Amino acid sequence: MQPLQTTTEAVDTAFYVILGIDLVMLLGIMTAMIWFVWRYNRKRQPLPLSQKDKNLWLEITWTVIPTLLVMLMFWYGWEGYLSLRRIPDDAMHIKASARMWSWLFTYDNGKTAGKLYVPVGRPVKVELHAEDVLHSFYVPAFRVKRDTVPGMTNWVWFEAEKPGSYDLFCAEYCGVGHSSMVTTVEALSAAEFQAWLTGTEEAADRTADRGEELARQQGCLGCHSTDGSRKVGPSFKGLFGETTTVTRDGQQVTVTADAAYLARSIREPAAEVVVGYPPVMPPFTGLSEADLQALIGWLRSLQ
Amino acid sequence: MTSAAPASSETSRGFLGEARYPGIFGWIFSTDHKRIGLLYLWCIIAFFCIGATLGVLIRLELWAPGRTIMDAQTYNAVFTLHGVIMIFLFIIPGIPAAFGNLIMPIQLGARDVAFPRLNLLSWWLYIGGAILAVIALFTGGGPPDTGWTFYVPFSTHTTTNVTLATVAVFTIGFSSILTGINFVTTIHRLRAEGMTWTRIPLFTWSLYATAWIQVLATPVLGITVALIFAERVIGTGLFDPAQGGDPIMFQHLFWIYSHPAVYIMVLPGMGVVSDIIPVFARKPAFGYKAIVVSSLAIAFAGSLVWAHHMYTSGMSDLAVMVFSFLTFIVAIPSAVKVFNWLATLYQGSILLDPPLLFALSFILLFTIGGLSGLVVGAAATNIHVHDTHFVVGHFHFTMFGGTGMAFFAALHYWLPKIYGRMYDKAVATVAWGVIFVGFCILYLSMKIVGIMGMPRRYWDYVPEFTGLNQLATAGSWILAVGLVLMFVNLIRGVLYGAPVGANPWGGATLEWQVPSPPPTENFEADPVVTHGPYDFKKAGIL
Repeated sequence: MQPLQTTTEAVDTAFYVILGIDLVMLLGIMTAMIWFVWRYNRKRQPLPLSQKDKNLWLEITWTVIPTLLVMLMFWYGWEGYLSLRRIPDDAMHIKASARMWSWLFTYDNGKTAGKLYVPVGRPVKVELHAEDVLHSFYVPAFRVKRDTVPGMTNWVWFEAEKPGSYDLFCAEYCGVGHSSMVTTVEALSAAEFQAWLTGTEEAADRTADRGEELARQQGCLGCHSTDGSRKVGPSFKGLFGETTTVTRDGQQVTVTADAAYLARSIREPAAEVVVGYPPVMPPFTGLSEADLQALIGWLRSLQ
Repeated sequence: MTSAAPASSETSRGFLGEARYPGIFGWIFSTDHKRIGLLYLWCIIAFFCIGATLGVLIRLELWAPGRTIMDAQTYNAVFTLHGVIMIFLFIIPGIPAAFGNLIMPIQLGARDVAFPRLNLLSWWLYIGGAILAVIALFTGGGPPDTGWTFYVPFSTHTTTNVTLATVAVFTIGFSSILTGINFVTTIHRLRAEGMTWTRIPLFTWSLYATAWIQVLATPVLGITVALIFAERVIGTGLFDPAQGGDPIMFQHLFWIYSHPAVYIMVLPGMGVVSDIIPVFARKPAFGYKAIVVSSLAIAFAGSLVWAHHMYTSGMSDLAVMVFSFLTFIVAIPSAVKVFNWLATLYQGSILLDPPLLFALSFILLFTIGGLSGLVVGAAATNIHVHDTHFVVGHFHFTMFGGTGMAFFAALHYWLPKIYGRMYDKAVATVAWGVIFVGFCILYLSMKIVGIMGMPRRYWDYVPEFTGLNQLATAGSWILAVGLVLMFVNLIRGVLYGAPVGANPWGGATLEWQVPSPPPTENFEADPVVTHGPYDFKKAGIL
């Protein structure tokens, strides 16, 4: 069934209805309060004008009217929600995998990326998976959010109407890297998207460096910066060849971050943890030797 | 209502000067509801100050993107501790344990609560649980970093000392349960002659509704934290998909208590407001029966809405619809109260003293919080604002702008009764103004940055959110200044303020018939009640 409105429109309609009613109520209550406090101030009104303490019709009125108003708000909220849950028939399918602390998107042709590339003007259904703890897929621009739950497959759908880069946040607290788990939805024109998906020369975000591409895809940049600033893990800048102190088998040892050390760090990070950093890096055992060397080569270039 | 001739407050320190044991033992082993109430009061205020300091630290870190004053792990522990302290050690016990204990038996015409020794045990459980929580900060894997909601699987995997924290919460929970049992029994069985159900002050009625939630809902929290303990210590696997468990079931269990808990927080605050407004408007509470029914309705309906915290969790769309519908139902009795409070002001004679200022702030700020709650309760809009700072703003408006302000109102209303001294009202008014301005700047900015998409529990944020975060942080400083001013003024008042008699405000409820401070036995002779709690004519005020 084709929905009549985008996810953004669905949520915003409900929001403006509720906000409108809210503002009217708030203004009314505030005005009454301020007026009464001024008009019946003890200086102006040394004795109360009345001791009346009940009125059944007033109670009925101010019970019935709010009831009708909240039912209206419930209705708009529910109708809008239904638009978020009815996927258009021609939606494109993308798989999203959330893990501490990065996103990985997999397309039907097997291509993977750290950013969510989508074509403009076409609905997209994102299938949500979690590899470790709860995360949540949240794109404010499209008003969509759904938790990623281990052992469960959830989904959202949205459609980008205009090209652009839209923030994508993890919205379920997941530990020390929670606020690093940020990427973007990249909405490309249909032609650019096709080019990117099939990986031809005109691809939008082509990096010459395979190592850098891997660092993005595998989520390394979620915890390691390239500008020297400290994030969850040490910065990659100047890392290669640096002398540093790590904890190995409970002992503190000085090491040089050469190629062999970096390969160990990537495959078995818990064996040697740089002193002063939390032991939270997951192992990356699935990388091919070529990819591992490409990564280390790129790290070497970051002086 | 007969009035016993009040003893001179200038020469007698009432219950403050009559101790069973010497020194500190006269306090920590006392079964006098008033001493227990004061023990709670000072601990609660201390925990509020610690929690507020943590809040200021959070806002300092959020002054700029990236690291400002602490790293991400520390930040996560700080907001977890902020939540745990504010919720379990300040707001939930807040008004019931402090002012309920201090005032409620006197309002009923009783000499004490039904089970005074159980009452003392409740305080010991509160302190014991708090001590365990402090120990959890410095032992095991360090301070918990799960957020106060302890969601699984993260809380079962994290190496921080969640295990001891769950024992602490379990212990504190029993303090709440036993207080609830005590209060329900007291209100049923210990009312003075002539104190019919329809002559009970609205503050005590609010404690009654609250006590039922404490008794029925808190055990579920106890079970839930015990299950986390079991999952961590013996690997039961109830919440682990790899063992056939379900992480979402934890959320249901957690919120089945924690949503009604917010009504434990707010109902007593509403009760304070319901008692204060008639006194300062010299008019009976409008719609007494409607207010009573609405309190009971909120308690009941509030137990049915818990999964409105879970629309994005992956639960069914049908569940979303049912819980959204019920959530809107529970808004209605709160609205009814607001209208009845306004009607109480209408055609009264209003004195804008500090208790009323704070009570009116409750109404305004709780209304803003409640109205923004409609955005959160509606299914479509919830999807956008869930887990953003909009929600953080919403619950600070209701819990801090609501219950917090009511707590401050109760302090300004009843401290003169308890200590027999009046604080400086002009300074209190200035402090109120500073608090109000700081509060609005802080939490309105927060709601706006939330609706722009900034998630909560974020140590770092995208640069577009910087301006609003800085505005919020500046608001937190103004708020902090106001709070300090308010507390210093109250403490000076308690220590050095001008002595007051039994009834400085012109109230018609029984606590204003006894001396300030009250004697240990409360009444010289058991009172006989001959009129309602807001009958100012029969009470001789008008």
